[in-house]
Amino acid sequence: MQQPNQQKGIFASILHDDRGGKIFLSVLAVVVVLVSTLNLFVPESAALHVSTYTVTLLGKYLSFALLAIALDLVWGYCGILSLGHGAFFALGGYAMGMYLMRQIGDRGVYGNAELPDFMVFLNWSELPWYWYGFDQFWFAILMVVLAPGLLAFIFGWLTFRSRVTGVYLSILTQALTFALLLAFFRNEMGFGGNNGLTDFKDILGFNLQENSTRVSLFIITALALALGYLVSRYIVTSKLGRVVVAIRDAEDRARFIGYRVEYYKLWVFVFSAILAGIAGALYVPQVGIINPGEFSPLNSIELVVWVAVGGRATLYGAVIGAILVNYSKTFLTGALPEVWLFALGGLFILVTLYLPKGIIGLIEQIKKRKSAAQS
Amino acid sequence: MKTLDKLRETMRRDRVFDFVAEGRYPFSQQGRHTVVPGQLDASHGTILYMENVTVEFDGFKALNELTLYIDDGELRCIIGPNGAGKTTMMDVITGKTKLDTGTAYFGQSMDLTRMTEYDIASAGIGRKFQKPTVFPEHSVFNNLELAMQTDKRVWQSLIAKLNGEQLDHIDQVMNTIGLTEQRHNRAALLSHGQKQWLEIGMLLMQNPRLLLIDEPVAGMTHQEMDKTAELLLSLEGKHSIVVVEHDMDFVRSIARKVTVLHEGSVLAEGNMDKVQNDARVIEVYLGE
Ligand SMILES: Nc1ncnc2c1ncn2[C@@H]1O[C@H](COP(=O)(O)OP(=O)(O)O)[C@@H](O)[C@H]1O
Ligand SMILES: [Mg+2]
Repeated sequence: MQQPNQQKGIFASILHDDRGGKIFLSVLAVVVVLVSTLNLFVPESAALHVSTYTVTLLGKYLSFALLAIALDLVWGYCGILSLGHGAFFALGGYAMGMYLMRQIGDRGVYGNAELPDFMVFLNWSELPWYWYGFDQFWFAILMVVLAPGLLAFIFGWLTFRSRVTGVYLSILTQALTFALLLAFFRNEMGFGGNNGLTDFKDILGFNLQENSTRVSLFIITALALALGYLVSRYIVTSKLGRVVVAIRDAEDRARFIGYRVEYYKLWVFVFSAILAGIAGALYVPQVGIINPGEFSPLNSIELVVWVAVGGRATLYGAVIGAILVNYSKTFLTGALPEVWLFALGGLFILVTLYLPKGIIGLIEQIKKRKSAAQS
Repeated sequence: MKTLDKLRETMRRDRVFDFVAEGRYPFSQQGRHTVVPGQLDASHGTILYMENVTVEFDGFKALNELTLYIDDGELRCIIGPNGAGKTTMMDVITGKTKLDTGTAYFGQSMDLTRMTEYDIASAGIGRKFQKPTVFPEHSVFNNLELAMQTDKRVWQSLIAKLNGEQLDHIDQVMNTIGLTEQRHNRAALLSHGQKQWLEIGMLLMQNPRLLLIDEPVAGMTHQEMDKTAELLLSLEGKHSIVVVEHDMDFVRSIARKVTVLHEGSVLAEGNMDKVQNDARVIEVYLGE
């Protein structure tokens, strides 16, 4: 790749050479404008009306797409197969959930202005210290970034420095999310135990049940996805991105040339965890609940399937995979609920065996064949 | 034992005292030339000194009282049968293997036995391993870019932009290794020989003073061998190069000073004709 023209604007230089990215962002923009308009300005009786349910469902998919980009950064580009990225997503979600919980105030079932319902139920008399500050939106946002970032930093620091790689690292990430799952299940942890955090009322004073709030959240999620894509794209096209790919393909060689491999891995891992946390924070107000189930190892594995299906190391492939697989999931769990897990497993095997580069790889192959046939 | 070592260190006559070498005292600036720590001093024309180096593995002497000098800018070929200690010698120079007795100096002032692998590499000793490893998914250009001697910290890499001088350096090395036409090709698509040249190019990007090259032509076609010889000859004078090679035709085509290693020490040294006609060399190696 040549150095993009430095005179051009930052967007132009990021998207230079990125046809897939341009297409993805254009489609995203069209969908967002269309869906929002059809929801807000077309009467419910009209055939073209898009229901609020659909808007929220799409918003959920978009937050998953952001999560998939986060995983693609560490897996596709850096070769770290994290089977615990759901943990960072869930932590971001919990941070947002705690804010939404505090926003309920005295409108809960017990009418306690200080304590969330589940704490009253547990006979707690005061707010635990780690809930302090979550009544402030800015603080919650800070935690959305800090909590996953810090966990990723500590985890990465310990593992990358002792050069844990490959399957061992994957197992450790899986253990990490499983440990958090067990911890968050416990009532005395103070995160709502089994039921998690729910019954949210409003965000920044806007009613969460309101149409306009739902559409706004959807638009904000789309913007976050676009921005997340652009920043990630900037990273992978920078020299840092090239070093990371070099580490993926020949780690010792990269070290020998003088790159501190563990620092590079750590940087990408932490950035990816923060991105995942932001995705989680966008997800929670839209679905209206966060519970320990989000930490389940299966979720993290599903996430890997999304990226594998879409195609690794393209970023937009991860987006396509996330949306396609989740759309199928919504469809299948509605039509044939017991089939979903088998379908997921089958899909993973299929992709691994026949589509190692995912859908994007397939499209590329078809294109190549076409141009070969033409010439 | 520690004190004894210290004492020995202060009695050494081949180098100045540490406190003088560190340049903290004005009088270290006096004399014929200054000794700057961490900087190569090859003012006597010799870039590598190895004297009486012995390396033992469980009682087996892989290197046995090896003594070898490499001149600044020289292209030296080292040959010897399998197990002669050629790779071990390179391991000692690059700090990968510690020597048991003897001395190894880079220039007059740098004691290789006291430096880490990383320090040795950044002091200007580059090494090419037998098996070529380049970054397969990156273009030739990007492979060279990554190998360049620059600030390699993470945040720096995020904002790094190549300046004109660096671009020129890459172009020049690309030209030297003859891969200008492959500039944008992924390294995975290069032939075996081209990969070896790219790897030499990656070494050159780090501006090494001494290049150690282990069996560069293994697995190459004849044309590739000729080009490799040409490449190494073109580097002569700009860098000191030590080439370890099995292939006699290749060594002959370079036709420079040859050192024959056998059982961990030097068996013969000189030009190709002299070495080829040495009775002992014929016996252990060429005569096979
Ligand atoms: N790490 C090691 N442990 C034990 N023996 C070794 C080790 N490295 C090399 N040797 C032995 O030292 C001898 C010299 O090896 P080497 O330097 O690789 O030879 P060459 O490169 O000339 O073929 C060989 O007999 C080899 O078996
Ligand atoms: Mg060898």
